[in-house]
Amino acid sequence: MKLVTAIIQPHRLDDVKSALEAAGVKGMTVSEASGYGRQKGHTEVYRGAEYTVDLVPKVRVEVLVDDPDASAVTEAIVSASQTGKIGDGKVWTVPVDAVTRVRTGETGAEAL
Amino acid sequence: MAADAFKLDTGNTAWMMTSAVIVLMMTVPGLAFFYGGMVRSKSVLNMMVMNFVAAGVVGFIWILYGYSMTFSTDTSGINEIFANPFKYFGLVGLTDDNSLLGGGGVPALVAVGFQATFAVITVALITGAIADRIKLGSWIAFSAVWVTAVYFPLAHMVWGGGLLSGDGPIASALSTPIDFAGGTVVHIDAGAAGLALALILGRRKGWPKEPMRPHNLPYVMLGAALLWVGWFGFNAGSEGAADGTAGRAWINTFVATCVAMLAWMATEKFRDGKATSLGAASGVVAGLVAITPAAAAVDSYGAMIIGLVAGVLCALAVGLKFRFGFDDALDVVGVHLVGGIVGTVLIGFLATDKQGGFLPEGAERGLLYGGGVTQLATQVVVAAIAVVFSFVLTYVIGLIIKAITGLRVAEADEVGGVDFALHGETAYDTTPATGGRVKEGISA
Repeated sequence: MKLVTAIIQPHRLDDVKSALEAAGVKGMTVSEASGYGRQKGHTEVYRGAEYTVDLVPKVRVEVLVDDPDASAVTEAIVSASQTGKIGDGKVWTVPVDAVTRVRTGETGAEAL
Repeated sequence: MAADAFKLDTGNTAWMMTSAVIVLMMTVPGLAFFYGGMVRSKSVLNMMVMNFVAAGVVGFIWILYGYSMTFSTDTSGINEIFANPFKYFGLVGLTDDNSLLGGGGVPALVAVGFQATFAVITVALITGAIADRIKLGSWIAFSAVWVTAVYFPLAHMVWGGGLLSGDGPIASALSTPIDFAGGTVVHIDAGAAGLALALILGRRKGWPKEPMRPHNLPYVMLGAALLWVGWFGFNAGSEGAADGTAGRAWINTFVATCVAMLAWMATEKFRDGKATSLGAASGVVAGLVAITPAAAAVDSYGAMIIGLVAGVLCALAVGLKFRFGFDDALDVVGVHLVGGIVGTVLIGFLATDKQGGFLPEGAERGLLYGGGVTQLATQVVVAAIAVVFSFVLTYVIGLIIKAITGLRVAEADEVGGVDFALHGETAYDTTPATGGRVKEGISA
């Protein structure tokens, strides 16, 4: 099994969610995140005082998938979240040792 | 005061009671939100509490001896500086025949209530300079001592027939000082006090390196809007009656604020590239502050000029704290001290009794309205006296309280936030699960 983690622009979340559903993904975890990559942050001015805001708001989407589905899921996320501009985010995949569904106690691919 | 028997005027009385209520609205909730939104999320509750507490402490003292110390009528000797605090202690003995607004048929207690709200907001204004770092007990002690030693005397000197009034030596030597609704008594007073107390307290940890962005700008806009609306009671109410002079004050308050808001936003647009919501809110307050002393003493053009100058100058003045390194957290100096001085001094150029304007007896027209330089000199002198009086006394009071109880919270409490350190509370529950449970319920 694999854990696919995507950091995306907040306004792309709905499209990514639909794309994942279309790709057969049954559930996901979404959380608010902040950070920066190559785009860096921005500046804000309050009563003439300039503040640099390094961390910009992002959304983190995490999906557990069976090994063969990982590349299709990654592909779905990338195509749904891409705008071509700096700040679009990143997607990565890591192997997962074990998964257990809390309600039933099922383990492995059954629990996905 | 009034030799004639008191005759109730219900129209004037209704207006003064209305004014008193909306002036109180300027402090709670107006200032509480205006300042509360500007601090960081870890100290918003403390800021709001400090404003509420200012109302509590000052309101209570006002009824006990504050009114008497400000407005009971003796004005000889020491009473040039403050009146007898015990004459109407607890308001006992105060009758409508010696009502402060008896001439307009407004009962004594209504006048007491109206003036109470002015004392409250003046003290509350200081909280902006000392955000995030003062102990609650020290603030309570400071409020009580400061309103007694600084506000009551200054209000007495300007409005109670004392040193800076039409009966005082400045009026004899130059002309009667004009402070219609509190440019010196409220704004220069609170601004200079904020500066003194901020200097004694020292900078917030991390200032000016660490970003201290306003945590909730809609709160700031809401607070500024409440201040704007309430200020009509402050300025037009200061006429003490529902009449044409009150109308003049109302119009000037309105138009000066409109212009000041636009002027502040335009200054930002040219300087920083964008006009901001904080700038709009700040411009509103700067205009309101500056028109306060001049409210009924200028015509519509005069009010627009005051608004324009205040909007631009205050927008520039909020940068002074970075240049000179004093941490006036929410710009009480840049807005209230500078705005108060702008309004007080511009009266010297713009004062007029035409177009429904009102000049107190013994006051001259302004330099640009054919009155020569006399009134300008008077205004500069009273502004300077108010700055020095408030700054010096506040500095002394601050040092005394610091020596006795200390002023500042522990560094760890400041870093963790005064909301939790002083009140044991957190303003915003932003996590779905905090992992706690009720330790012990209170049984009824």
